[in-house]
Amino acid sequence: MGIPYYYSLRNLWTRRLTTILTASGMALVVFVFASILMLAEGLQKTLVDTGSYDNVIIIRKASKSEVQSGVERGQASVIEVQPEVATGADGQRLLAKELVVLISLPKRGTDKPSNVVIRGTSEASLKLRPQIKIIDGRMPRPGSSEIMAGQSIARRFKGGGIGETLRFGMRDWTVVGIFDAGNTGFSSEIWGDVDQLMQAFRRPVYSSLTFKLREPSEFEEFKTRIESDPRLTVEAKRETQYYREQSEMMAKFLRILGMSLTVIFSLGAVIGAMITMYAAVANRVSEIGTLRALGFQRRSILGAFIMESLFLGLIGGGVGLFFASFMQLITISTMNFQTFSELAFSFTLTFGIVYRALLFSLFMGLVGGVLPAVRASRMNIVDALRAG
Amino acid sequence: MENNKPLIVQIRDLYKSYRRGAQIIPVLENITLDIQEGEFLALMGPSGSGKSTLLNLIAGIDGADSGNIKIGGVEITSLSETELAHWRANNVGFIFQFYNLIPVLTAFENVELPLLLTGLSKKERREHVAVALRVVGLSDRIDHYPGQLSGGQQQRVAIARAVVTDPTILVADEPTGDLDRVSAREVLDLIGRLNTESGKTIIMVTHDPRAAERAHLIKHLDKGVLHEDTKASL
Ligand SMILES: Nc1ncnc2c1ncn2[C@@H]1O[C@H](COP(=O)(O)OP(=O)(O)O)[C@@H](O)[C@H]1O
Ligand SMILES: [Mg+2]
Repeated sequence: MGIPYYYSLRNLWTRRLTTILTASGMALVVFVFASILMLAEGLQKTLVDTGSYDNVIIIRKASKSEVQSGVERGQASVIEVQPEVATGADGQRLLAKELVVLISLPKRGTDKPSNVVIRGTSEASLKLRPQIKIIDGRMPRPGSSEIMAGQSIARRFKGGGIGETLRFGMRDWTVVGIFDAGNTGFSSEIWGDVDQLMQAFRRPVYSSLTFKLREPSEFEEFKTRIESDPRLTVEAKRETQYYREQSEMMAKFLRILGMSLTVIFSLGAVIGAMITMYAAVANRVSEIGTLRALGFQRRSILGAFIMESLFLGLIGGGVGLFFASFMQLITISTMNFQTFSELAFSFTLTFGIVYRALLFSLFMGLVGGVLPAVRASRMNIVDALRAG
Repeated sequence: MENNKPLIVQIRDLYKSYRRGAQIIPVLENITLDIQEGEFLALMGPSGSGKSTLLNLIAGIDGADSGNIKIGGVEITSLSETELAHWRANNVGFIFQFYNLIPVLTAFENVELPLLLTGLSKKERREHVAVALRVVGLSDRIDHYPGQLSGGQQQRVAIARAVVTDPTILVADEPTGDLDRVSAREVLDLIGRLNTESGKTIIMVTHDPRAAERAHLIKHLDKGVLHEDTKASL
């Protein structure tokens, strides 16, 4: 048996002021670490919520997003008649063949151009996204140069307001409606008739097909069949999965940013822990000599000091997480880098984040404590006892 | 004192020096010493004569340059560091001048500490600690921290810690050096009783003649050489 754990704990308690100061440094780092992970998590959760589990999106194989995808009319007709496609109350199939084009429009005030998604839609498009509501005006009439704009577009882009006109695809388009899509990516889109838009942009093919499943459990079977059909060059994804992948890049960016910040900050915290632990060793030289004389091995001394430093890290981790958990009360807006729209979401704490944050705090404790602990374990017994 | 008791400590031709820079300072020269089981030996001598060094070598916390030390049949001068630590845990009880209790542990936990290195169960450990603290008369101070005890009481806790494993030898380096006269007498009474009543083999370094009086045998160390002093047994 080694030196008991309470020896390490009580030493931390005995010098509680130093412990609190050192742990605070670690707590700050863990707070930043956890907050950024919570941010990425919250963002991803919001984006994933944009999709619906019952909906399937079809894009060309190996295209990463709708913008890069193309589905030929012939292939679209094949997919349209598949038995898994649900039928609405009016007997119409709940399937939308859509066009997605990224264009640049000038912003209000500054005239600076910024990217906007134009979506060519059909009648089913709105039925497939029940979270979208028209809050002003009306739906564009099929076959006309009428469009409707997401709230964020109407507010932020020149000519995006109701009754105004926007020019793109060598035509003028009248905004006849404004829609609210909640905290989803659709808020920063402009919707118009798919056939009109295909003509205007001279696009012979659709970008994607979205449909509602007759039976959500039929997805796997449908996917396998469609993707092995020699007539088709498409892949099928659940909408939730599609948006998860879409959010991956931004979440990854945030996580990398978080890691980089954390690594820099943690350097300070680790050095703080190291100084504290070196001081602890220096103050307890004769105690170390005594323990060794009593018969405790070098590795027991090493273990006791590393344990002390791990506890220190754990205290910091606990405190940091405690404060980070309050971040859940905050809702923030940021730029969605995929669609360049404002996206509101909240920090989300998950068990995985708690686990990683604590692991990270233990790691800081370990790194800070290992050298002092090695020094403690290397001491010569007689010299240590003489140090009195 | 009978002369037919078995020898518990046998020291042969022991040399020890310290290096200070390029200079080699001889501390112990050609020490040969036998100690019988149940002996109470006082080591005396002027400061810097090498008393502590000799005691540390016997206790297995320091290494000799040459010569050998056999204790209870074990040649400790040839043990590895790990083996030596293990051997100390089972065979040596330490009493230090400044008590050397662990400040963050209670009297109970301090005494229990060496038992953590034995295979005893928690229950057995508790019983052993209770007995040891009763022997030193501190059963009512079990939950006190060293800082809450007087010097004499702390030294008695340290003595309980030294005897709790029932070691082969007890080594004490100036055990009364930091105590007032009354506490010193109490501690010496206790050490004396451990020898007479429990038959413990004790090696005590001291320069206090009153302390040395309690021993059966006094040896003088002077400039690293051992001289025997005659001393009437009790
Ligand atoms: N670690 C050490 N390094 C250098 N010299 C030492 C060391 N330990 C002891 N000495 C020297 O060895 C001599 C004997 O020391 P010590 O055994 O402590 O004497 P005593 O206990 O009799 O006063 C002294 O001169 C002391 O300075
Ligand atoms: Mg000395």
